[in-house]
Amino acid sequence: MSGTVTERTTVQLSSAVVRFAGDSGDGMQLTGDRFTTQTALAGNDLATLPDFPAEIRAPAGTLAGVSSFQLHFSDQDIHTPGDAPDVLVAMNPAALMKHLDALKAGGTVIVNVDSFTERNLQKAGYHGDPLHDGTLTDYRVHEVKLTQLTVRALEEQIERGELNKKEAERCKNMLALGLVSWMFHRPIDGTVEWLQQKFRSKPELAEANTTALRAGWNYGDTTEAFVFTYEVPAAKLPPGRYRNITGNQALSYGLVAASVRSGLPLFCGSYPITPASDILHELAKQKHFGVMTFQAEDEIAAIGSVIGAAFGGSLAVTTSSGPGIALKTEALGLAMMTELPLLVVNVMRGGPSTGLPTKTEQSDLLQALYGRNGEAPIPVVAASSPSDCFDVTLEAARIALTYRTPVMVLSDGYLANSAEPWNMPHTDELPDLRAVFSFTTEPNGPDGTYLPFLRDPDTLARPWAVPGTPGLEHRIGGLEKEDGTGHISYDHANHHRMTVLRHQRLARIADDLPPTEVFDPDGDADVLILGWGSTAGPIRAACHQLRQRGRKVARVHLRHLAPLPKDLPDLLQRYRVVVLPENNMGQLAMLLRARTLLDIRSYNTVTGQPFASAELVRAVEELAFSEQEVTV
Amino acid sequence: MTEAQATLSKKDFTSDREVRWCPGCGDYAILASVQTMLAEVGARPEKTVFVSGIGCSSRFPYYMNTYGFHSIHGRAPTLATGLAITRPDLDIWVVTGDGDGLSIGGNHLVHALRRNVNIHVLLFNNEIYGLTKGQYSPTSPLGSIHKSTPMGSIDRPVNPVSLALGAEATFVARSIDNDRKHLTEVLTAAYEHRGASFIEIYQNCNVFNDGAFDALRTPENKTANQIRLRRGEPITFGQQGENAVVARGDGTMKIVPTEDAGDRVVIHDPTKQEPTTAFALARLAHNPTGPTPIGVFRDVARPVYDDLLREQVEAAQQRQGQGDLQQLLESGNVWDVLG
Ligand code: SF4
Repeated sequence: MSGTVTERTTVQLSSAVVRFAGDSGDGMQLTGDRFTTQTALAGNDLATLPDFPAEIRAPAGTLAGVSSFQLHFSDQDIHTPGDAPDVLVAMNPAALMKHLDALKAGGTVIVNVDSFTERNLQKAGYHGDPLHDGTLTDYRVHEVKLTQLTVRALEEQIERGELNKKEAERCKNMLALGLVSWMFHRPIDGTVEWLQQKFRSKPELAEANTTALRAGWNYGDTTEAFVFTYEVPAAKLPPGRYRNITGNQALSYGLVAASVRSGLPLFCGSYPITPASDILHELAKQKHFGVMTFQAEDEIAAIGSVIGAAFGGSLAVTTSSGPGIALKTEALGLAMMTELPLLVVNVMRGGPSTGLPTKTEQSDLLQALYGRNGEAPIPVVAASSPSDCFDVTLEAARIALTYRTPVMVLSDGYLANSAEPWNMPHTDELPDLRAVFSFTTEPNGPDGTYLPFLRDPDTLARPWAVPGTPGLEHRIGGLEKEDGTGHISYDHANHHRMTVLRHQRLARIADDLPPTEVFDPDGDADVLILGWGSTAGPIRAACHQLRQRGRKVARVHLRHLAPLPKDLPDLLQRYRVVVLPENNMGQLAMLLRARTLLDIRSYNTVTGQPFASAELVRAVEELAFSEQEVTV
Repeated sequence: MTEAQATLSKKDFTSDREVRWCPGCGDYAILASVQTMLAEVGARPEKTVFVSGIGCSSRFPYYMNTYGFHSIHGRAPTLATGLAITRPDLDIWVVTGDGDGLSIGGNHLVHALRRNVNIHVLLFNNEIYGLTKGQYSPTSPLGSIHKSTPMGSIDRPVNPVSLALGAEATFVARSIDNDRKHLTEVLTAAYEHRGASFIEIYQNCNVFNDGAFDALRTPENKTANQIRLRRGEPITFGQQGENAVVARGDGTMKIVPTEDAGDRVVIHDPTKQEPTTAFALARLAHNPTGPTPIGVFRDVARPVYDDLLREQVEAAQQRQGQGDLQQLLESGNVWDVLG
């Protein structure tokens, strides 16, 4: 590698936010992924936010076709992918148009000038040329001929006939990655290795991408344009073994772990849907764990197959997103009625109807809690971070197996695709799910009869006798059953009793939950920020910032949404104000107001994006402190 | 002989529940045939599962002393699929009807059959919605006058055997509720078939659609109109076998007097891999109002979905070894942070 020719200043930063933006075809997700891996290996804590169009091939050069990937990394423990980027890489005018507003004042923007043609500027909606009309005066701008530099770096290979010009141009994202890696002192060896692996069968592409990557690094190193480089020292993460993990990966691993720890074979019946499909893909790769995956003909067949598999004694799961969950509704009622343990995963996306398939939202909460005909309570748990998807899935399996009930696991588009470092558990320390259930093999009624609805007095779980067990032949179904015997019953009093029992069984789950954890280090907060699901990161960050300003703010993040923790009403009562930010129009807030008669203050947006922490700081100031200041 | 292998009788497959179909309903005869057949073939109650959807026929599992699941409208094949995939040791029967299996659940039926999941599907066809008290169904003939079609139905009925053959089901048959011997033969053949089997059973609903199958059910009509399909035999029917089925040049079939047929009479071979001939036979009658084939249309061996899936699992285990959870978590780029 050539030596340094310019005097450079290395700026020490505590954290940085980098956003790569370009056309869908520019490989921004892959670039971001690689930069993330390099950053993780450099020891930073990090959080990512991929954002891509729903269309597979949106028209090139248009705003609709812009795909981006944001990475926030730090020497501290961080919780969000960052609000405003410090560095924006814009591969074309549309990317600049779409993302410039987000850039921090004085931030750095690297543009690929080669793509700033009249036509592309027009497609992006620019009337003038933003590079020269003053649009970028507030920023540190690097105009780089990314495309030309890439083609030039690959000239030899083109001459040898191994690549055509188009193929060469496609490597420009690696050149950009090399340049940004150089700026932030990120080692690129891992990516070189990864490229060799990825293009094992196409060595000419492996070479081309590696050359472009190195060219990007060298370009930064040798040109005088870049005066500053940045260093973000490693974070002090708790000791342990780490990897990066996305929510969908963690959820899949959680399912495999639940299977291993329960000794039950895992069966996944699913239908492809964004953003949940990756779970099906991941599980399909785990056949050596005995995992069986079944791509059903539709969402209903998917949950139907899962009910059948649960009846047969498998740990069964179906994975989907809002529209698919809507289709599964009737069958979910059947699973509740027949009291079979199974998991239903909803990776929530923007709704209603087809909504915003690739964006995030928390608007299926009430659907999860109440979206069935009749009184059909089921437990609902929600993950709060990508790696938490692992733990929440195990918890859902524990509840399902202990209480013999379908359990809904809520994740969302943000958790599904974003990554964070995960301090991996030792698998032998995971909950022992063998201890929470057993198959019934002996008659439990008088005269050697089997009573499929004779409940365990503690958990109210009914016995689980699987087909193949001699002497315990029985019939279940969606019709109301007589308490105990499980015979069809139209008796009025029995129906009321069974309905109450199904609610009580849910309440028994709450009896067993640990006390709700409150984050209030000084114990004197009078404002509580309450949250659930993927808002955990932004809420933690906002809470931290508020506390630094001297605001006495505590926070509580809910994992169990049904049943709610028993201590929650008392806990909420202790605060002068409870603020509840949700990426919906106030669903949990409505529920809690009804349950507690407290004036929970809601903060709601449904932009398809997670909250920015600065936004939450403003919201809490406004909702919890503005009146106070007026009255003081 | 251990107790578990003791010979069982019909009684062992009969539950203690009172059967609640309308008196005279064709379902009674089907229930008795199934119970007897299972005892005769040596099936075990604990290894047998009946899964149903919604409708009169779907009450069936309650009357069987086996494992049973009365599911929701149209979805029985999906539950049976999940169960069959995960439990190859079980003998799984789906009981459905023309509304349940061909209307609301048509999609699932087609996919279960084409996948060749190891289940038996019994479709009780009574050409009516009985449980909801008499609306026309997807098999009701054009012009049927029922509660929701006071001026006659205007949608063309589906021929269940054609549909099953179109889905390339590996076993397709048709029988009649009150013909105990024939029904038992067909059920036994289905029991012995590995993969998805489909049996359409003409079932008289004496309350809402009485007599719909009289052309094939009554003693005076049955000999004239039942075209019995017997493996390896020429397809002839009638009092003295006076009618025969022959193939036209274009592959379709027609009925001619046997004396005119000569050596052109079709010899029935349900084991042909191509479903074309079976399909042509199914088209001989669209609604069972005249001569109609009954028996096994198709019975071919083809890899079974659940076997194939298990083979993949075994292959993966052989290649990668039994899964190790810690190893799975630590796949990819891993780094250690020291304390
Ligand atoms: S309504 Fe018809 S099909 Fe239903 S039980 Fe009565 S007779 Fe049988």
